[in-house]
Amino acid sequence: MSAVKALARGLWRYLVAAILVVFGRRRTDESSEEGLVERDARSSPRAELAVAALLGLAAIAAVAFVLVYVASLDTQLLGLAFGLALLLLAAAAVVAAKAVVVQEERIEERPGFSHPDGGDSEAVTELESTIAGAADGISRRRLLGAATGAAGVALGAAVVVPLASLGPSVDDRLRANPWGAGVRLVDEKGRPIPASVLETGSFLTAFAEGAPTEELTNAVVVVRVDPSDLELPPDRSDWAPRGILAYSKVCTHAACSVNLFRKPLYPPQSPGPALVCPCHYSTFDVLRGAKVVFGPAGRPLPQLPLRIDRGDLVAAGGLSGNPGPAWSGVRES
Amino acid sequence: MIRRVSNVVEDRAGGASFMRAALRYVFPDHWSFLLGEIALYSFVVLVATGTFLALFYSPSNAVTVYHGGYAPLAGQEMTKAYASGLSLSFDVPAGLLMRQTHHWAALVFVAAITMHLLRIFFTGAFRKPRDVNYYVGLTMLIIAVLEGYLGYSLLDDLLSGMGLAIGYSAALSIPIVGAHLATLIWNGPFPGTDAFFSRMFIAHVFILPAVLAALIGFHLAMIARPHHTQFAGPGRTERNVVGIPMWPGYALRSVGLLLAVAGVLFMMGGLIQINPIWLWGPYHTYQATNGAQPDWYLGWLIGALRLVPSFDVTIGDYTLIPNPFWGGILFPTLVFGFLYAWPAIERRRTGDHAQHNLLDRPRDAPSRTAVGAAVFTFVATVFFAGSADRAFVQIGVGYEIQVWIYRALTLVLPFVAYWVTRRVCEELRARELALGTASPIRRIRRGPGGGFTAPGA
Repeated sequence: MSAVKALARGLWRYLVAAILVVFGRRRTDESSEEGLVERDARSSPRAELAVAALLGLAAIAAVAFVLVYVASLDTQLLGLAFGLALLLLAAAAVVAAKAVVVQEERIEERPGFSHPDGGDSEAVTELESTIAGAADGISRRRLLGAATGAAGVALGAAVVVPLASLGPSVDDRLRANPWGAGVRLVDEKGRPIPASVLETGSFLTAFAEGAPTEELTNAVVVVRVDPSDLELPPDRSDWAPRGILAYSKVCTHAACSVNLFRKPLYPPQSPGPALVCPCHYSTFDVLRGAKVVFGPAGRPLPQLPLRIDRGDLVAAGGLSGNPGPAWSGVRES
Repeated sequence: MIRRVSNVVEDRAGGASFMRAALRYVFPDHWSFLLGEIALYSFVVLVATGTFLALFYSPSNAVTVYHGGYAPLAGQEMTKAYASGLSLSFDVPAGLLMRQTHHWAALVFVAAITMHLLRIFFTGAFRKPRDVNYYVGLTMLIIAVLEGYLGYSLLDDLLSGMGLAIGYSAALSIPIVGAHLATLIWNGPFPGTDAFFSRMFIAHVFILPAVLAALIGFHLAMIARPHHTQFAGPGRTERNVVGIPMWPGYALRSVGLLLAVAGVLFMMGGLIQINPIWLWGPYHTYQATNGAQPDWYLGWLIGALRLVPSFDVTIGDYTLIPNPFWGGILFPTLVFGFLYAWPAIERRRTGDHAQHNLLDRPRDAPSRTAVGAAVFTFVATVFFAGSADRAFVQIGVGYEIQVWIYRALTLVLPFVAYWVTRRVCEELRARELALGTASPIRRIRRGPGGGFTAPGA
């Protein structure tokens, strides 16, 4: 049954196609243009009126835009008026396209590019012989080819080399940071930071005294925890006087500022205190030397050993590692 | 009048017959063919509004003190770039309308290109003779994404600074050459110098738009030369194209679309706030904000950066490949690598080297459609993973749990998508065959054993 239906369907399709071909040809003969299968030049008077009205409204909206610009400069009204003018023009164009101008359908033959039976066409063969013909009668082809190649490569390299003047080469500039033993921690305004301002569970941002605050390797985050909770590596046991710790504030993953401090609300159930980067949520364990406990960062935040000098926070040494994002050749920890 | 103009064209350039042929060029009609046009017209709006913005923007990260129309930031230290962005938003007449329209147009531009790419992929329009044009289109998508990233980075607000920091880290993470490349581009370590802002500006307003414009010209010429593709239908063959001639029917429709795209974009620019940089504040390397999201077309990259587990490739105690490389460099390279390689892969899989001017419906090539759906699902899952922090705030599911779920989903969902898509395509086709309504356009191959196979079916 379905086979019969399929056959009927196929026949019907061929019938339609045949009718279309015949019909198309005949119409083509009638009109002056090749491939034209349908041409309906009856414009609807109502559509013409509608287009005129839309164009008029568009003009009004455009004038309104100018008036708003002169009178109030309100962003909403400006956008509304100008957008409306364009949309009304668009509507006019579409109505005109569908109901005013002549309606046509056309069949166009495509240019045939390839040889229908596969293989290279005559044009390709001729093109090849035209290009290759330039070398007719040359005896030292390989020598000339090699010499041209050498000149081209050398000149290309010479052209690329000035790109190096774009920036300084990587010397120790990526490794340089302003921290070292005796450097005082200061706030954004350059004032020293007394240890007493930090309560347990609080955190703040500090900079190396005298160094530009915008330098990526400068900022450290200072947090205070209960000293009895600390589980720092043995060689860092005296780096956190009164439970005050300092870590580089720049995420070792992608250089965002580690701006979030997760403080446990109810320590028995919550995860421990951690510094979190808001870009990709790398999470660093404050109690264990900023070890990565979640997120993509591959290295811990470098720690800054602290001491308290006449009440103020001072670096007791350099950062434990390279601050900021990593590159090939930087130390992991 | 018309005759006089025609005469000028003919006498000066001998162009009358060429122009007539161009005016009678046939456009086949299908809604999905308009996606590329929407991208083109968004580009027009971008150039127009961008030219206006460039007259006021100042590409410098020299520090200045703000004394403009936005009182809450009065007296704050900020870069000239950020200050000029504020001035564009508050002091330049119609400046905010232009800025917001430009931003919306950029979002629509990349969205339209992406939808257009999906249409091209799933209908097989990338096959010979249009494979070269497909590569050009992919290249334009990459440039468009980079162009958008540079555009919102120019403003130097807190969000754009964070985005640049991530870009810097991704450049730095490229094995061996990364550090050299990044310091070359930024003119030193991040955040770079004044020169870096000039470079971004020149790249954003001149180099990349000029390259895009040249590629658009090539893209359109390479569409017109073999003529548009069309879906199979009565009277439509591989050797013809059936549709509405350029003049007058299609020209009016297309001008209507240009005006509609521009109208919608300007309305969005006026009525829907986007990137209110005065709320983010100026960027400082030691500051960041929680819940930060990039423009949508970078969502897949932030998702990838967030999903990768903590690991660097190391030699001893030294880093070889830092973590941002996986999500920020390798992932987009693989996705675009797949897209560039697909036409060649498909030729090899099907042995089909013929010219194709009739489009496949997605179901007509179940294998391609299923592979495409799998890759799309993979990228989309990573994309949604990028919003896990927002979802945490909105629906309260823990961030870490979400990331673990997404890690699993990115590995599982593509296979599910492949299997489901393939089955759906085959079922749809089987039903059509039973009803006798299947598309008759099918390449049948006869194997060495004498049997017949339909590749991809």
